[in-house]
Amino acid sequence: MRGEAISIWFFIGLSLLVNGALIVGAGVWQLIYPPEHPVVLVSLHASLWWGAVLFLCGLTYCLRFRPGRAA
Amino acid sequence: MMAVWAMFVADRLVHLSPVDLVIVAFYFVLVLAIGFHLRGQSNTSEDFFMAGREMTAWIAGLSFLSANLGALELMGWAAAAYQYGILATHWYWIGAIPAMLFLGLVMMPFYYISKTHSVPGYLQLRFGEASRTLSAVSFAFMTVLMSGINMYSMALVMKVVLGWDINFSIWVSSLTVAAYVALGGLRSAIFNEVLQFILIWAGALLIPILGLIETGGWANLKAQIAVNASSEYTHLWSTLGSFNDNPMGIHWTGIVFGLGAIISFGYWTTDFLVVQRVLSAKDLRAAKMAPIIGAGFKMLVPIIVILPGLLALAVLPVKLTGETSAVANGGHSYNEVLPLMLARYCGPGLLGLGITALIAGFMSGMAGNVSAFTTVWTYDIYRALIRKDAPDQHYVSMGRWTTVVGVLISVGTAYLVMQFASIMDYVQALFSFFIAPLFGTVVLGMLWKRATPAGGFWGLLAGTLSSIGMWAWVKVDHSALRYVALSPNARDMAENMYRALWSWIFCVVVTVVVSYLTQPKPDRELVGLVYGCTEIPHESAVPFYEKPVFWGVVVAIIFVILNILFW
Repeated sequence: MRGEAISIWFFIGLSLLVNGALIVGAGVWQLIYPPEHPVVLVSLHASLWWGAVLFLCGLTYCLRFRPGRAA
Repeated sequence: MMAVWAMFVADRLVHLSPVDLVIVAFYFVLVLAIGFHLRGQSNTSEDFFMAGREMTAWIAGLSFLSANLGALELMGWAAAAYQYGILATHWYWIGAIPAMLFLGLVMMPFYYISKTHSVPGYLQLRFGEASRTLSAVSFAFMTVLMSGINMYSMALVMKVVLGWDINFSIWVSSLTVAAYVALGGLRSAIFNEVLQFILIWAGALLIPILGLIETGGWANLKAQIAVNASSEYTHLWSTLGSFNDNPMGIHWTGIVFGLGAIISFGYWTTDFLVVQRVLSAKDLRAAKMAPIIGAGFKMLVPIIVILPGLLALAVLPVKLTGETSAVANGGHSYNEVLPLMLARYCGPGLLGLGITALIAGFMSGMAGNVSAFTTVWTYDIYRALIRKDAPDQHYVSMGRWTTVVGVLISVGTAYLVMQFASIMDYVQALFSFFIAPLFGTVVLGMLWKRATPAGGFWGLLAGTLSSIGMWAWVKVDHSALRYVALSPNARDMAENMYRALWSWIFCVVVTVVVSYLTQPKPDRELVGLVYGCTEIPHESAVPFYEKPVFWGVVVAIIFVILNILFW
């Protein structure tokens, strides 16, 4: 018997959401505690904006394809 | 800055922070969760082996591409870009796009309408049991061995890059793949491949973005490469007039006829590892669109694979070398270029995502190998030769167990390669023996109704044996390269391409000759299998922008423009 199928896009959204949140968190941490050996172009704060992009994409997909909502 | 860089990479290539490890661990949890979620949706053989034939064009298309986008593919071609320059892009453009469009627009209707479960299954319908057995046994054997070789190579990379124990990498990744494929079958493999595809882009795209910012754009990058290496490294076609004018030692005829016409068509249209993803599409239009969607994204892959290799030529303060030299002198090898670029730009969090992208690439490739092996073993060997009339549930159980056994054989191969490294070269060469002749057999079978069962079988066998023969000839007498590859200066890649071309010609000639000497099948037995005997459903009811042929033309135009832009 088949259970309710969760869309693959929901799983992808969840992945981007969680990873985005973790990366933004790591970026904020680096702002507060600058690393001893910074990466190249650390001044661009890629963790913050790339993490935010992933988080927003993930949030959109999670809401759009959440279980129980017709796609 | 250089001193900081040298310190950073001195011990191991990258050092993961706790947040990086959380991201990697979350990935493993998620792929297993997908497998558990889908375990109730793979109760019939159609569900387990063909994902119920209900995938949308997007899912089938991304999975089609992702099954090929393994970690070794990512790191290997980034390394090739560092070593050979932009010429490596040929493997993504002319070495893939025309073949993918041909699969979608010309071949897919026959694969799909025939309702075959596999490429060997199509050969059985078209040419009979002997051709299927030859193709299935060679594919199953080589796929599972290749999976083991990839597994070992990836574990080695994890050791070099992260300092992880080889045994830990092999067992954790292989058991994870075995669990989610055995639980959810092809559907689980496909869903995870789509997830992995997205993660690969999310994890790798920052390198070219930040790299281009650092170098000051494409024009400055080219200028810097001309200083650090040579201006030949940034031209796609203009240096291919002679074997000696380009870093790869290859001629344009090898690229166009060997790679573009034979190797890529062989791989993308007949290797069941990728074709299986498209066969899972929900209808014919989705099946035709899937390779075209895959082709669209394939054109973009050089952004995350080739561009980092080129950027490394411009910005890395260290000079990368071959593996042997790197080991002897304690430096870094070409194969480490992608992890080095990750370490250069990605701090905590981003680094974890980048490493997750590499692991995801490895697992998607392995899941592709394992699910294709399982299907071919169950349908084309076990059911065809050992037990024909078992209940459907029996074949599903066989599929689940074969998944586990296939992974264990792969693990065994990985350990075998660990002891005898030279096996890797032989197995990779063996795999290439079958691809080009198989394309000859399948394409003649689909497009020429006069091709007979005997012609198909003997053509496939002759093409394969000729490929093995040429390979052995060059091994025994290196001067034979002037005949096989048309030049004594040809390098390994050029030799592979010309060998593929000759073996395809052998296959086609033998198939045609034997076919004219033997009795063809009547037309009524070729319905659904061959052009001219099969009515292809029309798509007149859908608007032009939903037709596969429209998107095929769009992709083809972009393909031509890109080749001219980077000429």
